[in-house]
Amino acid sequence: MLLIDCPYCGERPEPEFAYGGQAHVARPARPAEASDEAWADYLYFRRNTRGLHAERWRHIRGCGRFFNALRDTRTDHFLGTYKIGAPPPPLADT
Amino acid sequence: MQPFSGLALLLRALQGQRSWQPQWRKAQPRPAYDALIVGGGGHGLGAAYYLAREHGMHHVAVLEKGWIGGGNTGRNTTIIRSNYLFPESAALYDHALKFWQDLAQALNYNVMFSPRGVMMLAHTVHDAQVFKRHVHANRAAGVDNEWLTPQQAKAFCPPLNIGDIRYPVLGAALQRRGGTARHDAVAWGYARAADALGVDIIENCEVTGVLRAADGRVEGVRTTRGEIRAPRVGVAAAGHTSVIMQMAGVKVPLESYPLQALVSEPVKPVFPCVVMSNTIHAYISQSDKGELVIGAGTDAYTSYTQRGGLHITSHALEAICELFPMFRRLRMLRSWGGIVDVTPDRSPIIAKTPVPGLYVNCGWGTGGFKATPGSAHVFAWTIARDEPHPLNAPFTLERFRDGALIDEAAAAAVAH
Ligand SMILES: Cc1cc2nc3c(=O)[nH]c(=O)nc-3n(C[C@H](O)[C@H](O)[C@H](O)COP(=O)(O)OP(=O)(O)OC[C@H]3O[C@@H](n4cnc5c(N)ncnc54)[C@H](O)[C@@H]3O)c2cc1C
Ligand SMILES: [Zn+2]
Repeated sequence: MLLIDCPYCGERPEPEFAYGGQAHVARPARPAEASDEAWADYLYFRRNTRGLHAERWRHIRGCGRFFNALRDTRTDHFLGTYKIGAPPPPLADT
Repeated sequence: MQPFSGLALLLRALQGQRSWQPQWRKAQPRPAYDALIVGGGGHGLGAAYYLAREHGMHHVAVLEKGWIGGGNTGRNTTIIRSNYLFPESAALYDHALKFWQDLAQALNYNVMFSPRGVMMLAHTVHDAQVFKRHVHANRAAGVDNEWLTPQQAKAFCPPLNIGDIRYPVLGAALQRRGGTARHDAVAWGYARAADALGVDIIENCEVTGVLRAADGRVEGVRTTRGEIRAPRVGVAAAGHTSVIMQMAGVKVPLESYPLQALVSEPVKPVFPCVVMSNTIHAYISQSDKGELVIGAGTDAYTSYTQRGGLHITSHALEAICELFPMFRRLRMLRSWGGIVDVTPDRSPIIAKTPVPGLYVNCGWGTGGFKATPGSAHVFAWTIARDEPHPLNAPFTLERFRDGALIDEAAAAAVAH
């Protein structure tokens, strides 16, 4: 079980959280003009990084808020968490 | 290859069983082949076997970073069935199910296929509606699947508790041709048969790069044991597919999640069939050794660690204890995890890629063991002919761009 550091509530056990997948995935800015490839990228294609991964979590059974985390998917070790809207730390492969 | 038979066993018994040779050679990598398969799981080994057997390509190597069958092939709960919703899926999985029926004879290797019936429990009105829809769709596609009342489900599997439980059993979908097989034997059987046809099986050989010619074509791979050249490379690396495809600059719509399983201490034969409960995440059968083989749901997050959280396995055990109260005092012996490659529509990809000469077989997620022989067969076809077999033609990479999903995810509404 992971121990996850909610930026608002502090460290809590994993079952309090919902995973939200890769972070910083931006919806096409002009949806009507986006190509099929761009839509597929946005909807279906994730980096699935083996290594440092910037990802979203939601403290669903706590404060309810979304935040981002940086985790190494080779070890499941968290390098840190940061608030939505903040830029990813420079280490992240985003 | 020394053929296995009752007579051979008897004759070699007279020599103290000391005259058996290794079942496949410990091959050293050669500089070049006609085709390379990356990943020594069932899908990769099987593809190499069918390349040699059906397409006359004997100059083939399987490159495995660890030991063959050490990936999901050797980590899964071996449930085999073909009652998927969409015609494309039912056709592909049923192609595999037909292979299972005489695979042991074809490979001269006892894969212990046991069609003891797979029963999927419905616990909610939604489950019941979805399963009935599957039953009807399967019937129309010529695939057996039948709806059972709770009493019929209990008659088929007497240990089942259909009484007063948190998520009552409202019925079940039963595929009688479904069952289990011995996972290791599938890897070993294909390896031995492929080796006998000249295929090199190269273990401890991790692919670290994909070599491309100036025109973009695949030329081979870089490995921890040197460069190996080949005009065709088929990738069947399950949870690590994204990593390898990235080496070739090809994006794949996969996410890799841990999936865990566990076995109990061995007990006498008590459990007659396979029971799956997608809704409360419990999968169970009894191995011929007597261990109960129990599967859990996936962990919540992507990972490459081959381990997951204890709360996931204990959740599965809680469901098992409620469904089968007689197992409450059993002890669990071992637990482990595998990394499964999940696609957005929960259907596999068996296809050509934008890189000429590079083929991929992935996205089997939590349920590709059952498909092993059929998948390997059509993958070999795709590699040998540079075009898909009619059965895997819909399972392209481009379907995500074109919107032609084969949405078994929506069909099941839960992991399967
Ligand atoms: C716990 C669990 C339970 C499951 N239960 C079921 C079930 O009941 N029924 C079912 O149908 N399916 C089930 N599955 C899914 C099933 O196991 C897989 O879909 C299937 O076995 C995949 O086979 P494969 O040959 O594609 O992959 P694998 O057997 O994983 O083989 C891929 C191989 O590629 C190798 N590899 C990776 N990277 C490299 C590299 N860079 N270089 C060289 N080699 C590399 C790996 O070491 C591995 O051996 C389960 C999976 C798990 C983990
Ligand atoms: Zn919080």
